[in-house]
Amino acid sequence: MSSTNQSISIINGRLIDPANQIDDMLDLHISQGHILAIGEKPSGFEAEKLIDATGRIICPGLIDLSARLREPGFEPKGTIASETRAAAYSGITTLVTLPDTNPVIDTPAVMELIRRRAKQSAHARVLCLGALTKNLNGKELSEMAALQNAGCVAVTNAGKPLGNTLIERRALEYASTFGIKVFIKPEDRHLRNDGCVHEGIISSRLGLPGYPEAAETVAVARDIALAEATGAHIHFQCISTAKSVNKINRACHDGINLTVDVAAHQLHLTEMDADDFNTLCHVDPPFRTLRDREALRQAVATGSIQAICSDHQPHEPDAKDHPFPDSETGISALETLLPLTLKLVDEKVLDLPTAIARLTIGPATIANLPFGRLDQGRTADVCIFDPDSHWQLNANEMISHGRNTPFANWEFRGKVTQTLFEGRITYDLDTQHERQ
Amino acid sequence: MMYRDHQLTEDGKLKHFLSIEGLNKTLLTEILDLAESFTSLADHGRAVKKVPLLRGKTITNLFFENSTRTRTTFELAAKRLSADVLNLNISTSATSKGESLLDTLRNLEAMHCDMFVVRHASSGAAHFIANHCAPHISVINAGDGSHSHPTQAMLDMLTIRQHKSDFTPLRVAIVGDILHSRVARSQILALNTLGVTEVRVIAPRTLLPYDARSLGVHVFTDLHEGIEDVDVIIMLRLQKERMTGALLPSEHEYFNLYGLTEDKLHLAKPDVIVMHPGPINRGVEMDSAVADGKHSVILEQVSNGIAIRMAVMSICLGSRPEHQRREETA
Repeated sequence: MSSTNQSISIINGRLIDPANQIDDMLDLHISQGHILAIGEKPSGFEAEKLIDATGRIICPGLIDLSARLREPGFEPKGTIASETRAAAYSGITTLVTLPDTNPVIDTPAVMELIRRRAKQSAHARVLCLGALTKNLNGKELSEMAALQNAGCVAVTNAGKPLGNTLIERRALEYASTFGIKVFIKPEDRHLRNDGCVHEGIISSRLGLPGYPEAAETVAVARDIALAEATGAHIHFQCISTAKSVNKINRACHDGINLTVDVAAHQLHLTEMDADDFNTLCHVDPPFRTLRDREALRQAVATGSIQAICSDHQPHEPDAKDHPFPDSETGISALETLLPLTLKLVDEKVLDLPTAIARLTIGPATIANLPFGRLDQGRTADVCIFDPDSHWQLNANEMISHGRNTPFANWEFRGKVTQTLFEGRITYDLDTQHERQ
Repeated sequence: MMYRDHQLTEDGKLKHFLSIEGLNKTLLTEILDLAESFTSLADHGRAVKKVPLLRGKTITNLFFENSTRTRTTFELAAKRLSADVLNLNISTSATSKGESLLDTLRNLEAMHCDMFVVRHASSGAAHFIANHCAPHISVINAGDGSHSHPTQAMLDMLTIRQHKSDFTPLRVAIVGDILHSRVARSQILALNTLGVTEVRVIAPRTLLPYDARSLGVHVFTDLHEGIEDVDVIIMLRLQKERMTGALLPSEHEYFNLYGLTEDKLHLAKPDVIVMHPGPINRGVEMDSAVADGKHSVILEQVSNGIAIRMAVMSICLGSRPEHQRREETA
């Protein structure tokens, strides 16, 4: 892969940039890591490298709002180097990582460590969510202002419970003092109890502890009330139920400032997929009913859900080799983020520009990032994919350390051919073929 | 579904006994018939209660959850079939040393066992072990979480058949903590597979699973209504830790509402039989007059437990020809 900042022209492709409402046959010219021009080649510009994107889509590099890279602390599951390489392979140029590392991202020092590792690997941009409370203990506020100065995108307790609602109120007030957004994966831990699959007909039949819908909706209602009371900006991560979407829609209608994302796998699987004690389908929040899945899909189409994330959680094989309730939760999901989203286009849930918007400008707006769009002068983060390439996911050939995916052997249409991060080619399927 | 196939060989014979789900009436009847033939072994003061069916085989009782009663009946069943028995209580020791379930399995496989009898606190544990152990080993589920306890269900079916002969016209009521009961889940599947007219469950809503009807039962919250005209009443054991707290206010109120007494028993058919998987909490699930009364068949259940476990063990191990096993072990 090229590490120098060569000038590049991407020609003959269909350029889709939802932020600028562009969907046209346009060339893209890149110089010094930035977008030099869109369309006509500027006079006197000769690219050192030409990428022929005939039959392919050119879009902004994808932004993933929820990706655990496992470093520092859990390197057997994944490293910044391994997971950013998987990101580049998947068209993703910006990864937002969660603070539940070891040590927890609750000081600028840990953020600095992550930034350095990411810079060494140089496959993708890694941004941090800072811890909302010290060591995610749910009791004492973290030094949020310091984390903000060090460049954290927002703060979150990463799914770890807050001691009580007073602490949540104080945390929201303190964060909003500095205009810091708070990311929340809504969950009432008492209602959740030891639930590991959706409380429904599967939990009843298999005798698995149920994770009721209300464990999410009660938390959503509480968080909305506190957002209203404190004026804090909340972003809901990884929503799983239709009723949560309804509640959030109503609150937005009432003028409360809320945004929402959903994990790509929630748009495809349901409680039925855990039916054979398949630990690869052990996720948190759990797969819900078909009705929930349809409502989530609709919300993505209409924009009630503004972003699709991967909720990437790579694991070593041992983590899933346990009886269902004892296995660890999560999916290694970077490599299926775009394919699962494109599947929604094939299934006529949304059109291609909208699908791309949910992976680019949608998350960029939520996290207030200057990426996810292809304006002249911007950092050249670009994803090029062949929308008609059919392929099958082979878990053993995944780039991520984690091969824990329930989508092994699924047929997909649409494959990333090149990824450009800050104007450098970080993945190129064409040259890979040449080498073989 | 994956695990349904996993307990059967390609020609439809029982290899593991993990769940009633996916087993047909013919298979269940075969188990009952064989168990019936074993019950006579213990009868008539026979001097030798053993048969040599599993001589040379090693059966390991792998109990990750404490249970003296169930383990003892499995042990006795194995010994009556002339198998060698190894009892391992792994409740906390191995896991507290950081050994994973898979490591434990590998170690035991190295001792050349033929069968694991597994009890574990997590639903799905027996399926997990069956999916991961060496191909020559058979796995019998002796209770996994709230999921399944198929030998208990089958010994109950044997007891019912001994009293009622035909399953078809029967109405059966199961009373108590359905939500947490692996016994109830297995009984419901077995009763419906054997073709009873109606299965009812009776419990307060805190002890009923989500949409209990989807299990193939009629749901009652009132004991009087629920046991009206039933042929069989199965009382479930109420765990001590669930008697007070957020699920139930007190054992006293539970007994008043859901405890079986002679008075209430009049609502059922005159020849109703009363069952309980044991051990009984007298004065909580039922009073002593019912437990020891003429309708009670609770002690028959215990002796049938040995016969059923003998039947399941010999069917599972007999379903694989000797030469094939050697090849796989090699």
